[in-house]
Amino acid sequence: MIRAVFITLALLVTSPLRAEVEIVEVTSPKGIKAWLLEDHTIPFTALNIRFQGGTSLDRPAKRGSINLMTALIEEGAGDLDAQGFAKSRDDLAASFTFASDADGISVSARFLTENRDAALGLLAQTLIKPRFDQDAIDRVRGQVLAGIEADAKDPSAMAATLSSAAIYGSHPYGSDDAGTVGSVAALTKQDILTAFADAIAADRMVIGAAGDITAAELGAALEGLLGELPAAGAPLPPKASPNFLGGITVQDFPGPQSTVLFSQSGINVKDPDFMAASLVNEIFGGDRFTARLMTELRDKRGLTYGVGTGLASMAYAESMDGSFQASNEKVAEAVDMLRAEWAKLSVGDITQAELDAAKTYMIGSYPLRWDGNGSIASILVGMQINGFAMDYPKIRNDLVRALTLDDVNSVAQRLLQPDQLQITVVGQPNPPPK
Amino acid sequence: MQSVFRIASMLGALTLPAFGEPVTEFMLDNGLQIVVIEDHRAPVATQMAWYRTGRADEPAGQSGIAHFFEHLMFKGTDSVAPGEFSAIVAANGGRDNAFTSDDYTAYFQRVPTAQLGEMMRLEADRMANLNLSSENVATELQVILEERGQRVDSDPSALFREQMSAAQYLNHPYALPVIGWLHEMQQLNRDKALDFYDRHYAPNNAILVVAGDVDPAMVRELAQTHYGPLEPSDTVPLRLRPSEPPQLAARRLIMADARVAQPYIMRTYLAPERNAGDQKKAAAITLLAEVLGGSGTTSVLSRALQFDSQIAVYSGAGYSGVSVDSTTFSLIVVPSAGVSMVDAEKALDDTLAKFMETGVDPADLARIKTQVRAAEIYARDDAGDLARSYGAALAVGLTVQDVQDWPAALDAVTEADIMAAARAVLIPENSVSGWLETKATP
Repeated sequence: MIRAVFITLALLVTSPLRAEVEIVEVTSPKGIKAWLLEDHTIPFTALNIRFQGGTSLDRPAKRGSINLMTALIEEGAGDLDAQGFAKSRDDLAASFTFASDADGISVSARFLTENRDAALGLLAQTLIKPRFDQDAIDRVRGQVLAGIEADAKDPSAMAATLSSAAIYGSHPYGSDDAGTVGSVAALTKQDILTAFADAIAADRMVIGAAGDITAAELGAALEGLLGELPAAGAPLPPKASPNFLGGITVQDFPGPQSTVLFSQSGINVKDPDFMAASLVNEIFGGDRFTARLMTELRDKRGLTYGVGTGLASMAYAESMDGSFQASNEKVAEAVDMLRAEWAKLSVGDITQAELDAAKTYMIGSYPLRWDGNGSIASILVGMQINGFAMDYPKIRNDLVRALTLDDVNSVAQRLLQPDQLQITVVGQPNPPPK
Repeated sequence: MQSVFRIASMLGALTLPAFGEPVTEFMLDNGLQIVVIEDHRAPVATQMAWYRTGRADEPAGQSGIAHFFEHLMFKGTDSVAPGEFSAIVAANGGRDNAFTSDDYTAYFQRVPTAQLGEMMRLEADRMANLNLSSENVATELQVILEERGQRVDSDPSALFREQMSAAQYLNHPYALPVIGWLHEMQQLNRDKALDFYDRHYAPNNAILVVAGDVDPAMVRELAQTHYGPLEPSDTVPLRLRPSEPPQLAARRLIMADARVAQPYIMRTYLAPERNAGDQKKAAAITLLAEVLGGSGTTSVLSRALQFDSQIAVYSGAGYSGVSVDSTTFSLIVVPSAGVSMVDAEKALDDTLAKFMETGVDPADLARIKTQVRAAEIYARDDAGDLARSYGAALAVGLTVQDVQDWPAALDAVTEADIMAAARAVLIPENSVSGWLETKATP
C-alpha cells in the first residue's frame, strides 16, 4: 500500500521541462502507443512499461500471487533458466527491473544502443515466455516469506498495515500485497501462471521511453516486445470506499522511539482543485525545510528528525498521509502539535508570504525534476496515467501562477479534515498520546 | 528479486563508476580546489562544498561533533538568518542538504543555473561567518539525538554495525560511529562546535564541485568573486590518525535483539583503500567483491548458497576503496528458514575455501568487465551522482586523474590479481564475524 502511495506522488510532482524538447506519441504498426522523448547525448535508452492493476488483481485467497509472480519474471525465460538469463542480460550490460505495487506492475529497462536489439529480444522473452520454474518459485518464495517476517517486526511496516486495514477494510488496499505467510506458502505454479495472465496484457499498458532511440526505431521495437501479448487480462479492481474515522491507535513495540503514521481523505489528481491542494500540502508538510510541520516539530522544538505529508492520488482511492518518528517521551507533545497544526490550517490561515514562497518553489523546481533518461521514461508513463496532455509541461507553471490566496485557503478548508485524522502509533509512547 | 532485504543496502551498492564527461579542475590562490563537470542537457547546476573533515578527524571524546556541526551550518551567519539559506534555495525551486561520513562532510544545492552565483555567495559566507545562538544549538542537539534514535537505536542492524566496526578497529577512529556514541553526543555544545569550525572550515581544507549546465570559465569567475576573498587557514590539521597495529586475533560477536526478524551473519576483513596513483590493489579487491557477491544470481556466493544449495535467502559482498585509511571488505549471509547460523557460516567458509582452490571463472570476469565498461555510459545520466563520486574521491586524497583512471584500472584486473587480492584480504586474524540474532521479547 504505502509503496503505491510514494510511487504515485513521484509521478504527480515530476514532469520534464526542457525548452527545446518535444514529447512525441509513437504508434507502432499494430497500434501500440508510447510517449517518447528523444535525446541522443548518451548512447542508451530507458524504457518504462506499466501494466495497470498490479497487486490489487490478486484473486481471492491468493494474496501475494502478483507480487511473487512479478519477482519471478526475470528468473528464467524461453530457453534460459535463472542463471542463464542473468548471464545473458549481464553480458549485454542491460538492466531490467520488474516491480509490483497496488496499482500496477512497472517494467523498467535500460539498454545500450550498441546492442539494443539483443537486449530487447531478451526482455521480450520475459513477457512472452516466462518459465516460472518450480525451483525458482521455491527460492524466491523463501525470500518473500523472509520479507514478510521482517515486516512483522518493522515499526513502519506495522503502522502501514494497521492503518491500511482500518481505512480500506476488505479492498486490496487494506492488506499487505506481499500476502501473508500462509497465503504465500500455499501459492502453486498454476497460481503464478494465473497471476501472470491476469496482470500482463495489452489492454492495460502505458509506455514511456527516453534517450537514444528514434520514433521509428521505438515503434518497431514495441512491436517485437509487446506485439504477442494477449489482448486482455483480468477486469481492473473496483474503487475503494475508504473510512477515515479519526482517533488514535497505539501498537506496543520495543525501542526508544515510536513511529507515527497519520492519514485522512485526499483529492484526485484529476480534480480541478488538485494543484491548489498540492500548494496547500507543500506549505504544510512538503519537501522544504521551511514547511510548517518541519518548522514547528523539528526546528523550533527538536521533537523529531523529520516530518512530512503527501497527497496520494492512487488508482482506486485518494488520501493525505504523513509520518514521523519521535522519542517515546516526546510522542504525545508531537501528536498534540500535529493536531493543532491540522486544526489551524483547516480554517484556511495560509498567508500571502507562505503562498508566494511555495509557488516560487513549485514553479522553480519544475524544470529541475529533469533527472536523466531513467526518470523521464517513468514520468512520461505517469503523465499518461494522470490523463495529462503532451503539452502539459508547457502550461503547468501557469496553472500554479494563476492560483490566488483565496483559492488555496478555500481548498485548505475543503481538504483538511481534523475529525478524520487517523493516527497510528507503533512504539511505547509515554505519556500516551491523545 | 534482489531487494527483499533492507540489510542488503548495508553493503552499499557496489558502484563501478566510470566517466566520459568533460571535467575541468583548478585551484584558487587561497587553496580552494574546484572541479567542474559539464552536463548541458538541462538548465540545472549542482554545487557541492566538500570539507576534508569527517568523523575520524574529531577530537577524542567528542564523537558525533562533525555530524552535529554539519547541522549547525544551517543555523545562520552574521548576515543570513537561521534557515534562510535553505529558504532561498527553496524559493528558487532548488534542493539543499548535507551529509557527513568518516572522512568528509559535504553540503549541496541543486538549483537553476542562473542561481549558481547566489549559492556560492551563501556557501562562502557560512564557510567563514557562522553565527550560532546557544538556543539554536540546544534545539539542534535534540534533533540529532532524535536522528540517532531513528536511524540507529530503532534499528538493530544499525546497532549491530556499530558493534562490528568497534570490534574491527583496534586503534583507528573508524571504530566509532559517524553519528556519535549517545553519551558523548549528549555532551556536545556550542563551544565544542565553534572549536571544530575554527579548526576545520577553511578554503584550503575544502573542495568545490560544480556539476551541470555550467561553463568552467564562468564557474571560475563566480568562485573567484565569492570564495576568492576568504582567508586560508594555516592551522588545518594533517590527517594523521592513530593507525592499526597488526591484528592477531579473529574476533567474533553475537548480538541478540527482540526486534530482529531475520537473523544474519556478517563478516568484515580489514582491507586497503585506493591511494593516489596506486589503485591496482583496490581495483582487484573491488572486482573480488563483484565476483564473490556482486550479482544476486550469478555471483560465487549466490550460486553456492542460493542455487546449488538453499542455505541462504540472500548473500552478498561489499567493498568501497574510497577511504583515507584502511577500510573493510564485507560478506553477508542471510540463512534460509530452518538453517542454523552455524551451518550457514560453515557453508560460507566452505564456499570461500573452494573459491580459493578453483579461482575465478573467466566468463564471470568478462561479464563483470562488460558491465564496468557500460557503467561509464550509464553514469553520465546523472551529473549529481558524478559530482558525488568526484567529491568523495578528492576528499579522501585521490585526484581527478585517479577518478578518470579508475575504469582502466578495473579493466586491467586479471584473474590472478583477484586471487592475489583474495589471499591478501581474506585473513582470519583481520576479521570480525558477527551474528545478529533474535530473542524472545522479555
